[in-house]
Amino acid sequence: MSIDIKNLTIKSAHESLMKGEFTAVELAKEYLKIIEEKNPDINAYLGVFEDVLKQAEEADKKIKSGEADLLTGIPMAIKDNILISGRTCSAASKILEHYKASYDATVIKKLKEKGVVFLGRTNMDEFAMGGSTENSAYGVTKNPHDLERVSGGSSGGSAAAVAMDGALVSLGSDTGGSVRQPSSFCGVVGLKPTYGRVSRYGLMAMASSLDQIGPIAKNVSDAEIVFNSIAGADIMDSTSYNREPQRNKEDPKDITIGIPRNFLKEGVDSDVLQNFEETISKFKKLGYKIKDIDLPNLKYSLAVYYILMPAEVSSNLARFDGIKYGLYKEGKDLIDDYFITRGEGFGRESRRRIILGTYVLSSGYYDAYYNKALIVQDLIRKDFAKAFNDVDIVLTPTSPVPSFKIGEKSNDPLSMYLADIFTVSANLAGVPAISIPSGFVKRENSSLPLGIQMMAPHFEENLLFSVGKNFEK
Amino acid sequence: MISTDEIKKLANLARIKLSEEEVNNLRNEMDSIVGYVEQIQKVSAEVGEREVPENHNVMREDVDPHKSGINTEVLVEAFPKKDGNFNKVKKIL
Repeated sequence: MSIDIKNLTIKSAHESLMKGEFTAVELAKEYLKIIEEKNPDINAYLGVFEDVLKQAEEADKKIKSGEADLLTGIPMAIKDNILISGRTCSAASKILEHYKASYDATVIKKLKEKGVVFLGRTNMDEFAMGGSTENSAYGVTKNPHDLERVSGGSSGGSAAAVAMDGALVSLGSDTGGSVRQPSSFCGVVGLKPTYGRVSRYGLMAMASSLDQIGPIAKNVSDAEIVFNSIAGADIMDSTSYNREPQRNKEDPKDITIGIPRNFLKEGVDSDVLQNFEETISKFKKLGYKIKDIDLPNLKYSLAVYYILMPAEVSSNLARFDGIKYGLYKEGKDLIDDYFITRGEGFGRESRRRIILGTYVLSSGYYDAYYNKALIVQDLIRKDFAKAFNDVDIVLTPTSPVPSFKIGEKSNDPLSMYLADIFTVSANLAGVPAISIPSGFVKRENSSLPLGIQMMAPHFEENLLFSVGKNFEK
Repeated sequence: MISTDEIKKLANLARIKLSEEEVNNLRNEMDSIVGYVEQIQKVSAEVGEREVPENHNVMREDVDPHKSGINTEVLVEAFPKKDGNFNKVKKIL
């Protein structure tokens, strides 16, 4: 039988599985077929797992025995920096090329219990550092909407896998926009949860105070289902915690959307701005209240981010030394082993950020950069807290530009970094944020997706879901 | 302006071998990145004004360890060089 993969959602797949219209094995085979056909061009997957059909058989057993969950038998792709015990996990780096995970990440443990079928591990910028997947040691992930363009990043493989129908849903990680930006470039939905809401245990650390795991899906409902399955405080992540949402409202009349106008003036593509204005009109038509707001310190977000993030990167990546696991390159003595292993094992962007992080943390610069950035981060947090007294949602475009051409920005790191301008603030403030497709823009012969970003107060993901579902209709 | 000597010193601290070409490239790139992030100096705020976030790091009691040895095999398996259950490294002194 043929399955209508294009229009499949978690709910419709679940219903079909329960009714016996198709089995989890048949569903997995359909996805494997699409991956085989499209992945050589797109390079969304670094590896497809050998036991996919065996996992699907287990899911079928679970369904037959009446123990099925919504996610049982659902084919999912996992970013290559989330550990699955016994499977290769490389963070798209040469330094971990043959590394096999020694334990399950908490999110994986939860999804395994539900009987999810893991299809494979997806491409990314090395150690999640980048906005295009061009920093992968294993080649760029191309955008399914235009093969000359990037899929975005760092979770470009996870977004492209869903966009090319090579997975029903996927997991990515987001430190400064790495779930949301590729989702907007590929025309899918991506959620960065509240910092602390999803356990980071088993996620390779990039900037630990900013990292969160989040779902990428074809629609808001699917993202919500996956989010609900992975969220919750975890004893293995002491920064995770539980709190009840306070703003349980769904009626558009009761919900105010804030627009940080002053922040949207410079450096934004005119088509993106036009699409954003159309988006605001659509929200108005849906009955939401719209209000202009000012977050005066938002303009410093990117500068703060590019101090704090590399500082944490330089310490987190110190563990890769050729001694305990991963790549080992022999030098003339022990310390030379470190130099050569790290010099050859890390790619250019990783080396750049480690050096930058070492600089901002070094004696004489620490107060001027790192400490000052922490103070400004606190001001940004307070700006958000104040704004959320007046509004429920803060709305911006997800990215100031649509997907760009492969190679266009790869020799100019600062111009690549500027593409994170709208996304990094949610990580700095720890608030949840979602990117939802908002239309298309013409570039040459291609139609490229655009996305809008909604941010909500801490632990108010439900607001993002309810407004997002309304917007999607 | 960051000097090439400074880049070399940072690479040394970070234990990363860099080619001369990369040292030069990094010097230029660092200048443009540091030039950009420099703008936070314009914010006038004093040290010590920070609030502690709700989810600050918490310590747990050092109790209930897992059973000794249950992870040994898989961790030893990952060592690049080993001798039995030992991780083999070059002499330090």
